[in-house]
Amino acid sequence: MSDVSNTLGGTPTKDGAFLSVRDLKVHFTTSDGIVKATDGLSFDLERGKTLGIVGESGSGKSVSSSAIMGLHRGTNAKLSGEILLDGVDLLHVSDEEMRKRRGRDVAMIFQDPLSAMHPYYTVGNQIMEAYQVHNDVTKREARKRAIEMLDRVGIPQPDRRVDDYPHQFSGGMRQRAMIAMGLINNPSLLIADEPTTALDVTVQAQILDLLQDLQRDFDAAIIIITHDLGVVAEMADDVLVMYAGRAVEYGPGKEILTHPEMPYTWGLLSSVPDLTASTEAKLIPIRGNPPSLLNPPPGCPFEPRCDHVAKVGGDLCKTVLPELTPARSGGNHTKRCHLENPDEVYEAEILPEIAPDLVED
Amino acid sequence: MWAYVVRRCLIGVILILAMTLVTFALFFATPIDAARYACGKNCSEEQRNITRAALGYDKPVVEQWAGFIQGLFVGRDFPLDESQREAAPDQVTHCGAPCLGYSSFNAKTINELVADALPVTVSLAIVALVLWLIGGVLFGIMAAINQGSFLDRGIVGATLVIYAFPSFAIAVFLLNYVAIKWGVFPYPKYTEIADGGVFEWFGNLLLPAVTLALLFLAGYVRMTRAFVLESLTEDYIRTANAKGLSQGKVVFKHALRAALTPLVTMAGLDFATLLGGAIITERVFNYPGLGLLTIQANAASDLPVMVGVVLLAGSFVILANIIVDVLYAVIDPRVRVA
Amino acid sequence: MSDTTTAAATSVAPASTETVLSVENLKMHFPVKGSGVIRRTVGHVKAVDGVSFEVAKGTALGLVGESGCGKSTTGRMVTRLYKPTEGKINFEGTDIANYTGRQLHPMRREIQMIFQDPSTSLNPRHTVGSIIGAPLRIHKMVPKDKVLSRVQELLEIVGLNPEHYNRYPHEFSGGQRQRIGIARALTLQPKLLVADEPVSALDVSIQAQVINLLQDLQKEFDISFLFIAHDLAIVRHFCPEVAVMYLGKIVEIGDRESIYERAHHPYTQALLSAVPDVKQAAIGGRRERIRLEGDVPSPINPPSGCHFRTRCAIAKDICSVVEPPLLQIGKKHKVACHFPGEIHQHPEKPVTAPLLGVDEFGAPDPGASPAEVPGDGPGYADTWYDLANNSRGRA
Repeated sequence: MSDVSNTLGGTPTKDGAFLSVRDLKVHFTTSDGIVKATDGLSFDLERGKTLGIVGESGSGKSVSSSAIMGLHRGTNAKLSGEILLDGVDLLHVSDEEMRKRRGRDVAMIFQDPLSAMHPYYTVGNQIMEAYQVHNDVTKREARKRAIEMLDRVGIPQPDRRVDDYPHQFSGGMRQRAMIAMGLINNPSLLIADEPTTALDVTVQAQILDLLQDLQRDFDAAIIIITHDLGVVAEMADDVLVMYAGRAVEYGPGKEILTHPEMPYTWGLLSSVPDLTASTEAKLIPIRGNPPSLLNPPPGCPFEPRCDHVAKVGGDLCKTVLPELTPARSGGNHTKRCHLENPDEVYEAEILPEIAPDLVED
Repeated sequence: MWAYVVRRCLIGVILILAMTLVTFALFFATPIDAARYACGKNCSEEQRNITRAALGYDKPVVEQWAGFIQGLFVGRDFPLDESQREAAPDQVTHCGAPCLGYSSFNAKTINELVADALPVTVSLAIVALVLWLIGGVLFGIMAAINQGSFLDRGIVGATLVIYAFPSFAIAVFLLNYVAIKWGVFPYPKYTEIADGGVFEWFGNLLLPAVTLALLFLAGYVRMTRAFVLESLTEDYIRTANAKGLSQGKVVFKHALRAALTPLVTMAGLDFATLLGGAIITERVFNYPGLGLLTIQANAASDLPVMVGVVLLAGSFVILANIIVDVLYAVIDPRVRVA
Repeated sequence: MSDTTTAAATSVAPASTETVLSVENLKMHFPVKGSGVIRRTVGHVKAVDGVSFEVAKGTALGLVGESGCGKSTTGRMVTRLYKPTEGKINFEGTDIANYTGRQLHPMRREIQMIFQDPSTSLNPRHTVGSIIGAPLRIHKMVPKDKVLSRVQELLEIVGLNPEHYNRYPHEFSGGQRQRIGIARALTLQPKLLVADEPVSALDVSIQAQVINLLQDLQKEFDISFLFIAHDLAIVRHFCPEVAVMYLGKIVEIGDRESIYERAHHPYTQALLSAVPDVKQAAIGGRRERIRLEGDVPSPINPPSGCHFRTRCAIAKDICSVVEPPLLQIGKKHKVACHFPGEIHQHPEKPVTAPLLGVDEFGAPDPGASPAEVPGDGPGYADTWYDLANNSRGRA
């Protein structure tokens, strides 16, 4: 594990990292060619900490988390790299071993809790199932544990609601039940894939509060995948911005959100209105559309949509993929951009647009 | 729930009544003189008129229909003409409710004819249903979980071949080769359970039931394959996998459960259709079921039998529809509550 | 699209006060059938239960609220996809609420709708040209041989390549498909566009493109918008006036500043406090959040009195007895609460009680005489209830 960092040139493995993903690649072979859904992703996560992965649809954020869960096994996906969970490489354990870890060591909750639950089985039945598969317990014990968990995630009258079907729950309660299902085996890693996207804001607030609350109790590492920078701002210790299957910016959440050094991150920040911004100004969208992951061009994947290509000079952006290098602001902050002085460009051009009140004189 | 069933049954009864009316109108619109066939070939004009009166064919269609409905609810006495009944009281046949009619060709009420034929058809249909459901679901799941593999293509290809064979060809093949030439099975002859026990009943049913099952099997393999594949892409399957369930549990407990709903619907309706008589199979194997009865009635232009069988077959379909809907509620809790 | 004139006309106080749409006491009750043998109507889902608002020419009114609050149903009534159970929809002075069949035809030209999911609201078997051209042909707006050139013009307006008129919807990306939906809505040069969650199905980087397009179009064609969305930040950006709905009723309505800076209804305050905010990462920590417990009650049996009282932190006795009227408390600000006030400054006594002729517990007060409630109607009155002095104020 010690020489990993040398071969990759990315962030070195932090001491005590509980989850360490090294150069993860997930490639799908299709009739049109190879789709590089995730192409060389590395990150670390400690217990009790939260990593936020931000990106648009097709950026590879969900594919990567499914890889950690081992959900690509048995498909035509080709995986390489390392996923070290507590020192064990999840990519190289047997299918049966991975199955035993799923739901016990790593658990996952999904975007739409209605479709993520089986409509024909009761909520309790589905939670019990998650417990029984990893624990040799009687039905009665499993049921007791399921009721306990439902109570813990804030379902009123859990002993009665345990026998309800998913459609009898409201959206927020369903997501609570999913969380109960995910945490019932006390997993050390919880992956939340857009856990609040399908929910209303007040319910989203409840669920985010609950997740933070439970994280303290269970001391779990959480990966929260979202497109909403606001959610990331509230939840994440570290932030990983993904674009076209690669990490384009990675570092402590506060750093990324206050001193971003990658034009795509700037675009994400400037294209979303917030509750205090001036309404006189127009939103600044990112031009064009995300690229196809099939036969990506050799240069920076963001180059066709980037407004700052001219500042780099030559056709560097078009021809050479920038490495993930330490940001100007230092620390553990890395970014993938050819710009010489991204911090200055941000201060001078971007910040006045998105937060004029934060510009220092 | 019960209110729902009662409501559906009421609608069903209305449908059946409407169906009989249409059947009456259709049959009596044909240029065939039913009385002539009922009376036989060497019938004088006078005898024919007597037969006509005995069967009520001299009345307008609507009145005949009303009489038929009356028979359904309270029963009737044949011959219908009162003077004829008084003239020969010992020849009067009582047909209790629900009276489906009287076949003078067979000199029996249709209820009696059906009582003989129905057990044969029901036995055949049940065995066939069990065979094609087990085969269809198993092969369908095998194809689905090995999607794209050699096995999948083999199964799908085989269903195409079976699709292409008409059922009479399969029936003739099974009868001539498997039963007669190779003697693997005895020549199938319907035996009641009461006469020969379950094993003999089943053994004799096997060949015709296989013929019928093959007819449906291909469709059920493909449907099961499609439904299981579809439900395997659902989010809840991903959840089941994420819990760490074994592949078997994911497929059989989660994917199949969802695929079952449309299968049950189809199976219920197909079964009901079969209860109306498997005409070709019963004909080839010479099984005295409703199908054979229909063929004989058709050949003899025995209209009352035709009407009776049509009514019966239609009722089965309507009943099956109701049962399937109720089953739906049993399978799918979302229907139950709504 | 990337015009240099970026100052949005919408946020400047609208010059014209001409009202395009005026909705009065609009109700939509869907019957609930019993389970008996005879399926009697046993109740009603009160999806929308008496809403009133106005949309001025060339501006936008935002309808916000959580799922099930009735905002989409309201939009569908305004476009007359639903026939309202009760109430008036005055469009340019004529009440279209009870129009049927042929009468609706000309009005359909004037009010168009943009839907949430561009991939399901476009027929996959029709080319983009025939989708956009269909309204032209149906309403015989232009001669047949001119349809194509008009379609190409429209594609250009929404920022798509005019040569792509013979492509199919699946050949476009999500954002482009939403542009097609917008082009279709624009075909008949409508005066009012009802946009139902027009960007919530799109990726964040694409949302801004579509919002900017809608703003450009609004400016260019002087279109009024009824903008339905759950994203409070986007509504704030797009709409100078906002109505907040809860369980079929408008709980607070007002101009942007009143709603976002000085919200007086506890539900609006909770809603705003729940929005996650990027900027707080810079400051660190979370701002105070008002937690709402539980779920929205069923619209079949809404709570008595104030619909929000079951989840409200400041609810008192009167709230379960008397429904609060939508009381005008500012020049352009109405709120339906017995205790209206900014966070932590809600009054101790119900300000509405004297107006309604009840005591502070909601019981009829023989001593008090009910007064006319200011703001009872679709628009804003010149006088309003001044909360600071508990008296009538004036513009």
